[in-house]
Amino acid sequence: MNFVRSHVLVCGGTGCTASKSPEIIAEFNTQLKNCGLDSEVRVVQTGCFGLCALGPIVVVYPEGTYYAQIKVEDVKTIVEEHLLKGRIVQDFLFKEADAHGVEQSLNNTDFYLKQHRIALRNCGVINPEEIDEAIAFDAYKALGTCLTEKTPQEVIEIITESGLRGRGGAGFPTGIKWKFAAASPGPVKYVCCNADEGDPGAFMDRSVLEGDPHAILEAMAIAGYAIGANQGYIYIRAEYPLAVKRLKIAIEQAKEYGLIGKNILGTGFDFDLEIRLGAGAFVCGEETALMTSIEGHRGEPRPRPPFPAVKGLFQKPTILNNVETYANIAWIINNGPAAFNCMGTEKSKGTKVFALGGKIKNTGLVEIPMGTTLREVVEDIGGGCPGGKKFKAAQTGGPSGGCIPASLIDTPLDYESMAAIGSIIGSGGLIVMDEDNCIVDIAKFFLQFTMDESCGKCSPCRIGTKRMYEILDKITQGKGTLEDLDILEELALHVKENSLCGLGQTAPNPVLSTLRYFRDEYEAHVVDKKCPTGVCKGLVEYKILSDKCIGCTACARVCPVDAISGKVKEVHSIDPSLCIKCGSCIAACKFGAIIVE
Amino acid sequence: MSTVKVKVNGMQIECPSDATVLEAARQAGFRIPTLCYLKDINEIGACRMCLTEVKGAKGLVAACVYPVAEGMEINTNSQKAYDARKRTLELILSNHRMECLTCVRNQSCELQALAEEYGMEEVRFGTPKEMQPDIEQSTPHLIRDNSKCILCRRCVAVCKNLQHAAVIGPNDRGFSTHIGSAFDRDLGEVACINCGQCINVCPTGALTEVDSTYKVWEALADPKKHVVVGTAPAVRATLGEEFGDPIGTNAQGKMVAALHRLGFDGVFDVDVTADLTILEEGTEFIHRLQNGGTLPLITSCSPGWIRFCEQYYPEFIPNLSSCKSPQQMFGAMMKSYYADKLGLNPEDVFVVTVMPCTAKKFEIRRDDQSAVNGLWDMDETITTRELARMIRKTGMDWSALPEEDFDPDFGEFSGAAVIFGASGGVMEAALRTVVEILTGEELAKLDFVDVRGMEGIKEASYDVAGTLVKVAVASGMENAAKLLDKIKAGEAEYHFVEIMGCPGGCINGGGQPIQPGNVRNFVDIQTLRAGALYSEDALMKMRKSHEVPLIKKIYSDYLGEPGSHRAHELLHTSYKASPKYPGLEADKKKN
Repeated sequence: MNFVRSHVLVCGGTGCTASKSPEIIAEFNTQLKNCGLDSEVRVVQTGCFGLCALGPIVVVYPEGTYYAQIKVEDVKTIVEEHLLKGRIVQDFLFKEADAHGVEQSLNNTDFYLKQHRIALRNCGVINPEEIDEAIAFDAYKALGTCLTEKTPQEVIEIITESGLRGRGGAGFPTGIKWKFAAASPGPVKYVCCNADEGDPGAFMDRSVLEGDPHAILEAMAIAGYAIGANQGYIYIRAEYPLAVKRLKIAIEQAKEYGLIGKNILGTGFDFDLEIRLGAGAFVCGEETALMTSIEGHRGEPRPRPPFPAVKGLFQKPTILNNVETYANIAWIINNGPAAFNCMGTEKSKGTKVFALGGKIKNTGLVEIPMGTTLREVVEDIGGGCPGGKKFKAAQTGGPSGGCIPASLIDTPLDYESMAAIGSIIGSGGLIVMDEDNCIVDIAKFFLQFTMDESCGKCSPCRIGTKRMYEILDKITQGKGTLEDLDILEELALHVKENSLCGLGQTAPNPVLSTLRYFRDEYEAHVVDKKCPTGVCKGLVEYKILSDKCIGCTACARVCPVDAISGKVKEVHSIDPSLCIKCGSCIAACKFGAIIVE
Repeated sequence: MSTVKVKVNGMQIECPSDATVLEAARQAGFRIPTLCYLKDINEIGACRMCLTEVKGAKGLVAACVYPVAEGMEINTNSQKAYDARKRTLELILSNHRMECLTCVRNQSCELQALAEEYGMEEVRFGTPKEMQPDIEQSTPHLIRDNSKCILCRRCVAVCKNLQHAAVIGPNDRGFSTHIGSAFDRDLGEVACINCGQCINVCPTGALTEVDSTYKVWEALADPKKHVVVGTAPAVRATLGEEFGDPIGTNAQGKMVAALHRLGFDGVFDVDVTADLTILEEGTEFIHRLQNGGTLPLITSCSPGWIRFCEQYYPEFIPNLSSCKSPQQMFGAMMKSYYADKLGLNPEDVFVVTVMPCTAKKFEIRRDDQSAVNGLWDMDETITTRELARMIRKTGMDWSALPEEDFDPDFGEFSGAAVIFGASGGVMEAALRTVVEILTGEELAKLDFVDVRGMEGIKEASYDVAGTLVKVAVASGMENAAKLLDKIKAGEAEYHFVEIMGCPGGCINGGGQPIQPGNVRNFVDIQTLRAGALYSEDALMKMRKSHEVPLIKKIYSDYLGEPGSHRAHELLHTSYKASPKYPGLEADKKKN
């Protein structure tokens, strides 16, 4: 084995791949060869580092130098300066937004300082397409421990003791789930992995699968051992081609090594894995719908009971866990439950990965101990809203979650605290809104998503979300009444309480939480007929200021609907009945004479 | 059977441990409203009308699928449950085209009944009164109007679970979800068997039979037409339900009286041609048995089954009896024997049947169903439901109608023909004749009870003159598929098989009076209706087809022997394999 003095880690996550990281890797290899360094320096394609806003990311070890937003043409400089001459290229370093000066090691940046990476432990560290690298970082060690030193009972006890709860949204204790399935009699049981991550803005599961697929395979095998299942299914959406590719490679390699398949590690335990591709229906993230889809039917939820632990996939006892839940399993086995449950709050243990998005500087993935406050995530890790805008609210849990107002920014992010304020941790989507976002528009946006994604099976969700959407649409057009707000709330509660599955039961959350915290903004829409942020076009009017207009006709010439009239050198006016509020006139006016009211 | 003790609205009851909350409530005497639920067929908890309060449960539970447990306390009528149901109902109504007064299901609509029960005074959202029809009518038997569909999916469930066809299902998702065929093909482009079971279970007017009554009215009003009508055995067992009679009432006398009053020139019974069928099919069976013909012989009375065989199991076409269905024999006999007898021009004879069946609407225009002068054997066929509508339209007082007899020219039949209407009836009728012919002895006991009853598949074997004759009876296409698969796999061997398209046979046909879900789920309507036929048979003097004087006369005067050339011309036909995906076949041709 060659001695390698430096490793160059290049992010191979979907975001950085889209920003040409494969070309960057190729360029590194070319340049290293040109400099004769190809035997001393190794280039590794890794999973996601998390700070997607600054991709493509290149990290050079052993220094831990963190280069951000690298372009193909930058590679030559890094090779010649850093790798050949040992001089860090200051220009390319990730620069903190605050006044730390230039940071060198990624672990000391604000973005990483408060993070604690368990689920993401190997993302951005190993090459996900090389099982040897995973094994070097302890992959399959926990499986070996379980199979040779622990009884299934003991495995379940460890997971129960760790306090791990489902990371897919509902937060059901994982150990208890396994215990139920283990207690269900029958020779055939199944272990399923929910990789049908469908929340807009959430990509933690994708990153784990792309960055550390063996962690999932190992955890599923452990789960199989614990409950007495020999077959696993990974249900993953077809829109994740890179994750699917890496999973396939991982399964193939694990089978080759005897870590998946018949007689694992010579223990007599068999566990096989199959991938099932989902067609991208949000509802298929719901456990019974997911199983129905795996069975080959239209992905729709089934009533519970019977619960999957008793009658799940193909009517057999089944457990289904989310990718991130599985990503914690081997770490817990290797480090002991106490190492996990010492983090977090009383009832929410360990860490949680959040996908930061929306109006925030450091868009990306962060893994933080449960109980970290929203403020720490938004301000310290996320760097606040761009452009100095004021933080208005954050939507946690994607379209199924609630909207948290700025007044509650010090709420800890854990299952109980989120539930208490009408939101959820959910799968970990965290979308930040600033003062420019209209809250009614946001509620409408999320509701449109769940309305479109409703499977159409149960009446409250199918029709209720549509009727709620119609009311919201009416409000954003300035046609809403106070009575509409009451009906909206009544319907929202009805859909929440009476829908068949989690999709419908959570779909009204954005509406209910915004009605709770931003009722004044709703009332501004229906009573004053004003959208305070100017987002709702139906509620704003374009006006020409007579003292500023010089009659140049520029606005009238660009107006696509001929809504502006006026003679040359005279003050122009806009016919509000024709105006479509496209904004062309504002862009064309050189005198700031057109305003939105 | 293990039981549990539960409390329903404070009343302690003991119910089976596998009961649902709905069943426990029913046992205690409380009806919980349902729309999507069909016992054993559609247990999907989707409509949310049955939401009920169970102490300690997280939120309201769907009573139709929620299992009882020891000590459970159920409150069927809590304010919370009532409010939830009413709100759900309002949502459903908000997307249901409301034209109740002009809807064919006015006053027999389950949604309408619930709206009344829940005191719906207004629907605050949607525009149900301005919705436009969304009609699909690509088959001769069915109209689907999705603007009235409430997506309960009962039709989907019967099509798949009872009828093995699965030609309809939900398409699209969310608010755009609608019932249709794969790739939104028309029903006429998929392998629908026209059985009409979907109509029978539709709670609203979204699924209805194609109305043929206006053509019958037209014919009745045409002085040049000699309009005759024949009624299928199963119609008398159900028609009374349309007028409030208890399920299982035999309404033959009133039915005949009503038909007379509608102005038909001849009111006859298709039972006569059921008897003819036994003679023809029995002869065919004996011929095949004694000459090494294709066995098992499978009956061909049910046009739904015939379509199913042609589309799904074409390898069994050689097994099908070449006999036309009794309806088609009736038409052919009216335009030949009857027209000759009365000296009528067959072209002036307009033949109508009243059938428990929607597939008959397809059958009358099959290209293999024309025996006389290139005329269709049959002119029109209406369902039991359509006859009831005609009767209502004339303002007849059902309760005051007298009991009348069929007209003598074509009105004499056996008890064997009467039981054609129930699953196993054709087999029993055939056995009564075949056994006597083969043994040359009179049967001591006419009841072949092994083939009676409402089980999906029935088997029996009889020692007939030294030969062990093995028979099987299946009704409903799911059962038929199971039976045929067994035969195909060599796991079972039979000489004679009866298959009926609808579960339970014609008494449960797709054209029969619609019973709402809460009746279907708790009352064995098939057994009650079949009972009406078996009791009539038991009381009849003539119970064997080959002993009916009219049948003997028809053969001696007109047809010659059973299976004669003449009989073949008039009473037999042939079948051919049909593509399972006719739409795709048509596309292939186009390309």
